[in-house]
Amino acid sequence: MSDITIYPARKIITMNPARPEATHVAVRDGRILGAGTLKELEGWGAYELDERFADKVLMPGMVEGHAHTMEGTLWRNVYVGYFDRMDPDGTVWPGLKSIDAVLARLAEAEAVLSDPEAPLSAWQLDPIYMDNQRVNRAQLDAVSATRPIGVLHASVHIMNVNTRALELAGLMRKGIEHPGIPLGEDGYPTGELKGPEVMGQVGAHVGYAQALTDCDEPGLRAFAKLCVRQGVTTVTDLAAGLSPESVEMMLRVTGEERYPARVVPLRYFMGLSPADLVAEVVRLREMSTDRLRMGRIKVVADGSIQGFSARMRWPGYYNGAPNGMWYIAPEQMEEIFERALEAGVQIHTHTNGDQATELALEKMEAALARHPRRDHRFTLQHCQLADAAQFRKIAALGMCVNLFANHHFYWGDAHYNLTVGPERAERMNACRTALESGVPMAMHSDAPITPLAPLFTAWCAVNRLTASGRVQGEAERISVDEALYAVTLGAAYTLHLDGEVGSIETGKRADFAVLEEDPTAVDGMALKDVPVWGTVQGGRVFAASEQ
Amino acid sequence: MSAALPVTVIGGYLGAGKTTLVNHLLRHAEGRRLAVLVNEFGELPIDADLIEAEGDDLISISGGCVCCSFGSDLTAALLRLAALEPRPDHVVIEASGVAIPGAILSSVSLLEGYRADGVVILADAAGLRRSIDDPYVGDTVRAQVTGADIIVLNKMDLVAEASRGVLLDWVAGEWPGAAVLPVTGGAAPVDLVLGIGGTQGSGSALGHADGLFESMVLKVPGDFDAAALAEAIATGGYGVVRAKGWVGSWLIHVVGQRWAVTPGQGAPGLVCIGLKGQLRRDGLATLVG
Ligand SMILES: [Zn+2]
Repeated sequence: MSDITIYPARKIITMNPARPEATHVAVRDGRILGAGTLKELEGWGAYELDERFADKVLMPGMVEGHAHTMEGTLWRNVYVGYFDRMDPDGTVWPGLKSIDAVLARLAEAEAVLSDPEAPLSAWQLDPIYMDNQRVNRAQLDAVSATRPIGVLHASVHIMNVNTRALELAGLMRKGIEHPGIPLGEDGYPTGELKGPEVMGQVGAHVGYAQALTDCDEPGLRAFAKLCVRQGVTTVTDLAAGLSPESVEMMLRVTGEERYPARVVPLRYFMGLSPADLVAEVVRLREMSTDRLRMGRIKVVADGSIQGFSARMRWPGYYNGAPNGMWYIAPEQMEEIFERALEAGVQIHTHTNGDQATELALEKMEAALARHPRRDHRFTLQHCQLADAAQFRKIAALGMCVNLFANHHFYWGDAHYNLTVGPERAERMNACRTALESGVPMAMHSDAPITPLAPLFTAWCAVNRLTASGRVQGEAERISVDEALYAVTLGAAYTLHLDGEVGSIETGKRADFAVLEEDPTAVDGMALKDVPVWGTVQGGRVFAASEQ
Repeated sequence: MSAALPVTVIGGYLGAGKTTLVNHLLRHAEGRRLAVLVNEFGELPIDADLIEAEGDDLISISGGCVCCSFGSDLTAALLRLAALEPRPDHVVIEASGVAIPGAILSSVSLLEGYRADGVVILADAAGLRRSIDDPYVGDTVRAQVTGADIIVLNKMDLVAEASRGVLLDWVAGEWPGAAVLPVTGGAAPVDLVLGIGGTQGSGSALGHADGLFESMVLKVPGDFDAAALAEAIATGGYGVVRAKGWVGSWLIHVVGQRWAVTPGQGAPGLVCIGLKGQLRRDGLATLVG
């Protein structure tokens, strides 16, 4: 039996400008021998013709440049989001449009739990779509008074819990004075908990451990199923703790014969001094395998825009809220940048507000002056509010951006009305400006914040529709081709993986997204609805229906 | 049941001297078993000559003190400390440079078995005015200092003699809610920073030898309203930085303008301490007279 497989397809979108389309692709040893006509590929020698994709469209396996594998773990909990969402097994959970519907789904899930003390955990509640109505303790008590209940908001910064959960955490008492714990008229907590510190104290009792950012073993497996369903073959885990146990687990699971994704975890910067952090990441880099690529750092500069914790330049928030908070001191950021440049370690920096972006640019410029390095590709993640001048500066410093296109759909209306106001809302996640400024650009979901689905992300950037159906920032829209590039080669470039993945051409990994329709032929409005059959990853075939 | 474990948060922007102060406290713990929690083990947070043994996540320090890092899980670190044998007498959290220490102390106050003692903010005396105008971190520095019960105005030696009065007046005007300790080299008296509670030498002179502060003991009748007294001492402008003692069956703690009254039994009497020359002895005496 030959070790070359040739796949004919209805169409192969290669992202290789020299031959943008092909009818066949030849694969050997998990890599691409070439894409072209059957006649061209026959020259490689004996082959087996595998016609299973004959009526499908292949494109490069998609690269999600900003996600968190914890989504896989969260799916073991009850989904109570506003929008329909597909779980790792392919079940689509209908979005819940009212608090009553949320409570009804919780009651349903409660009914099938046998242990009366087992916690009931739910996620993705987003009151912003329900006139900001809050879920209170009594409503959750009606679901169950015996087991602790915790409902995590879509923002992952707020949680609602019932009385039992408060009791277990020792918080069911009067006299609590804490900005993150609102009190009811009776003097007891309402059950809403705001901020990681407060949530951390109750989290363990309701099925949410403190380290929300890390996945566990079943979670990592479940996450990979989502990747197959969405045509993703390389995915980042953008704020990983990478403890020795977690590294061991991730190496083992991704090393399994049928693990279908290449995972790129970025070490979260907290917990180590800049010198130790860089040394640790250099050490981890050496332990990398094809399917677990360590050796990069994630720095967080500020908070979120809808949480009013992003750092804004003048004139600040539209509704007058005070400026947000720093997660890192400027001096510390500069030191990490410098040391990483020196050691050849790449950094991705979360900046949401434009002041955070400004700081990162200023510190990068200073660090580069001391430790010049070509091709560093330091990337600003989210970078949602950068203006044109900042994009020009990003280009001049050799940096990349990974813009949060999905955000525009989910929270664009809130940004327009409340957080940053109309003008800045229209230029948020300015894909067009980034491209025109020559900034290498990727776009992301930040799963679990929004669903992992690069074709949906591409749809967001192409149409710039908000959830209410308005086009917001027409001038920043990009073409379908540009969007598809951003979710393949664009994202691969931000990870220094563009020589390995992101296009279908000789020498690259045999990573394909297998689609039922041609995304370049459908209307831009239908991009998100192109069905995904599954993936080929490293030459191994994964059907979504078999996950 | 053992008494609640007091927790003091020490904060302030980078370079203000937090680490220097922490080492000073460890050197002058006077019998207190201090547990220091730092955000991360960086370039060593503890002076080398104080270290007795170093483990992966715990440094043993002379005098029965320890130091651990808490990373992103402060609650877990506090629970670990409370389980140590012997249990520490006092926990000192060294907050990171951009953290808002007042918020950290609020979270501590939610935990059972701990007493949120107070917030001590280090500020660089010569640089404070400039840093609160910094376009990036100015508002953060201001928020940190605004949450202080005690402001340790460090590096006073770098402020010209003639400017010191103006500086102190400005700090007192900007942050009227905090007690201000002007020091050099982080050398703030332990009894002021952490409260009265050492076993060695503290009873004798409460560390008066260095002449930085003075104290007085209020004899309070057992039926006195402890809460009202604590509040009056804290907010009445008597120059009290710290007060501690028992009134009837209540234990009073005062730190700057923060006060707490909890059930407790001990030798009656309330020790008030303040900076030398600033303690209003007559006024305090009148409170209980
Ligand atoms: Zn993220």
